[in-house]
Amino acid sequence: MAVRRRDFLTAIGAALFSLAPDAWAAVADGGPARLIVILLRGAVDGLNVVIPYAEETYYTERRSIAIAPPGKPNGALTLDEHFGLHPALADLMPLWTGRQLAFVHAAGSPDPTRSHFDAQIYLENGTPGQSSTRDGWMNRLLLALPGPRGATDAISIGPTLPRILSGKAAVATLSVGPSGALSLPIDRAEIVSAFDRLYAGDDELSSSYREGRAAREQLVAALAKEQRAADNGAPPPTGFPGQAARLAQLIRRQPAIRLVVIGLGGWDTHVNQGAHTGQLAGHLRSLGQGLAALARGSGEAWHDTTVVVVSEFGRTVRENGNGGTDHGHGNVIWVAGGAVNGGRVYADWPGLAPARLYQRRDLAVTTDFRSVLAAILARHLRLNDRQLEAVLPAAPPASPELAQIISS
Amino acid sequence: MPTRFAGFVAAICLLIGLPAMLATGAELVPDRRIIHALNRLAFGPTLEDFRHVKTVGIERYIAEQLDPDAIPEPAELRARLASLDTLRLNPVQLRQIYGPLRSLRGFKPSPELERAQRERVQVILRDASEARVLRAVLSPRQLYEVMVDFWFNHFNIFSGKGLDDVWIGNYEERAIRPYALSRFRDLLFATTKHPAMLVYLDNTLSTAPGSRGARGNQKGLNENFARELMELHTLGVDGGYTQEDVITLARILTGWGVNPPDARVYPEYAAVFEGARHDYSAKVFLGRQLQSRGKAEGEEALEILARSPATAHHISFELAQYFVEDEPPSSLIDKLTERFLQTDGDIREVLKALFASPEFWNSYSRKYKTPYQFLISAVRAAGVTVTNVRPLLTAMDQFGMPLYGCLTPDGYRNTEDAWLSPDATARRIGFATALGKGALPITPMAQPVDAIRLEAIFAETISDNTRDAIAGSPQGLRAAMMLGSPDFMRR
Repeated sequence: MAVRRRDFLTAIGAALFSLAPDAWAAVADGGPARLIVILLRGAVDGLNVVIPYAEETYYTERRSIAIAPPGKPNGALTLDEHFGLHPALADLMPLWTGRQLAFVHAAGSPDPTRSHFDAQIYLENGTPGQSSTRDGWMNRLLLALPGPRGATDAISIGPTLPRILSGKAAVATLSVGPSGALSLPIDRAEIVSAFDRLYAGDDELSSSYREGRAAREQLVAALAKEQRAADNGAPPPTGFPGQAARLAQLIRRQPAIRLVVIGLGGWDTHVNQGAHTGQLAGHLRSLGQGLAALARGSGEAWHDTTVVVVSEFGRTVRENGNGGTDHGHGNVIWVAGGAVNGGRVYADWPGLAPARLYQRRDLAVTTDFRSVLAAILARHLRLNDRQLEAVLPAAPPASPELAQIISS
Repeated sequence: MPTRFAGFVAAICLLIGLPAMLATGAELVPDRRIIHALNRLAFGPTLEDFRHVKTVGIERYIAEQLDPDAIPEPAELRARLASLDTLRLNPVQLRQIYGPLRSLRGFKPSPELERAQRERVQVILRDASEARVLRAVLSPRQLYEVMVDFWFNHFNIFSGKGLDDVWIGNYEERAIRPYALSRFRDLLFATTKHPAMLVYLDNTLSTAPGSRGARGNQKGLNENFARELMELHTLGVDGGYTQEDVITLARILTGWGVNPPDARVYPEYAAVFEGARHDYSAKVFLGRQLQSRGKAEGEEALEILARSPATAHHISFELAQYFVEDEPPSSLIDKLTERFLQTDGDIREVLKALFASPEFWNSYSRKYKTPYQFLISAVRAAGVTVTNVRPLLTAMDQFGMPLYGCLTPDGYRNTEDAWLSPDATARRIGFATALGKGALPITPMAQPVDAIRLEAIFAETISDNTRDAIAGSPQGLRAAMMLGSPDFMRR
């Protein structure tokens, strides 16, 4: 990205030299920066996503579920001399080698809870240990973003508005099925004209009605058009890869979309987790394919997009008696996008030696998840310190290295 | 003669429902008063309730609703409830039948069996949800059902936490429903001692450090319950307690936990006081010296909390916000607080004062319905006899208010800023359209809703704009428009 901008500046020459630095960024980036957050609900086993294959303990503690080191049959895909990627995520390797994918390991919440629901609340409200914060940090982010706000600035994929996006600012929710946006009665002309008359006033209910209508019109139209062009008679892909492909189309047509949230379940692998194949591998494959489809399908918009994949906590280092893992602490955060300083694992790696584990059983947290997010918000969405404090209060500063996870 | 004449007038007034109007002197037209009462004391009007209030008058209706035991429940509803077996099991039985499988002579149950058991337990949530929705829609004891909604949110638990998926139905049946119109103290005791609450707020783990019973994950103090008990259940966040009081209350409540499944002591109880984990040292709680008395010490603390003026104020505020408006006037809160303290927290008396207040009558249509209130009121107004609650539960999920699915102990809010959003309006209209057209499978052969029926209820009270818009629309859309109108979004 840095290279791209330098080239761009050289090409344009002195003609634009008087513009402020922010304007440079806007011109060079082509569109508004966008953040997509994928919540892996249920706590994904990060030690089997980005595998510390160089540590003997990993193999002694995980007799039946470990992923073999790179080079061995069904082994991990090499990331660096310490870490490898789960082989089911092979679809992500082009992003990795293209330096558009990074991982932050041993990351997580400062709060020690191992309760899914508490930990998800903290991940979503952005205030670990404080469940009374009612709004989500992405809703606060939406309020902090400059510029006029449109009906589709923030969307949640799925039927309900997750806590992370709930709050004062209006957010559209969209169910993206195999056939595009699921239609609501309000999408039909006859019904719309009837309700337009009911909600013609200038009261709050009427204006919320009109905002909701505008959002749906834009989203439904964008999806319908793309679909006819892109499907070309082929059956639409299902599951997350299909959803991600639709989202990519949506973003291409509707670059004003700034924030997107997708929740994916099925990661709570207490029993029969599997290794290079099995339950977790199946879920990871689908996720990897989807992320690859998102990167491919969003075209130029990918340059302005950062995707964060995050889970409420990690899982135990040692496998349990059921071929699974139990609730743990530290985990890995995935960061992908056109502006990411990728191709590396960011980690203040504590190791898996018993004394270095959290409560002698879990990967310790050496990087607060809020530091990762704050680094992205600062560099990618260009929030200043005051705005950052409003979105993620008291987030500890990122390490100098992590602060550069987005190129500027 | 004058006496007889006065009696005659009173009798006439009683017949035509005038006394309530005279009593409070409000200027609302009678229909508006009826709709207002039914919007607040009930989950909105049905045609039958509307006519009933019109006949007996508002004061009589309020008196009836405050004495729910005297109102017979329809046989059909009773029969439906009787078929929900898990509602009648006690916590020990529920855990035995539906709890996680346990190792047998050292053999762990297979993953397949465990999965089957996880599916099996879902009947609990299904039964509880069905009972809740059927009662809310069909029961003539509407104020009682409204108070169940109110108290469940006040003492919220979440079905996804630990064993609460097994106990959530019992919690509502045994800890909330019996006391919904009773004394606040009784509610507080029942909820605090229910195993579902002790699990939900982690008190089962809270243990005096170094005590005889400290072991495994029960080695230290857990402040979670103590904090929420004061912040949410009783005193309120500004109720004058300190962090030191939180810690002290946590120490007081150490040992209040769940009896293990194979317990030899009190095997018939799921929630027990385990003295071996209790902190027996001397304590000062809210400025009072407590005698070290084990379990009785916790009960003494609950009595103190239940009778605190801060609690009276906190509960009064919540009632006023739920029944009157989002920012209730302090004049009303003070009135209710006083009544609460005079009557030792008799909820019925506090409500009586609330319904008699001018603040209550001056708040017509000021509350934005929660998704729950919107959905229940739509089905009631439509006059559909619900047999399948599933579409309503799905709608609650989609509207962001899944039944028994509020994760946080503060429960669902009931204010406009919590629920009014562009998406909510679109979804409510979608639901109203489906219901109005008879496209919602909540009854075996769903019919389009009769717009005439809705007009009979709302004709006199809807806004001019709504009336004109509906009159100018095709007949087949009118019911949907009424149920999806701005008027119907409020109560």
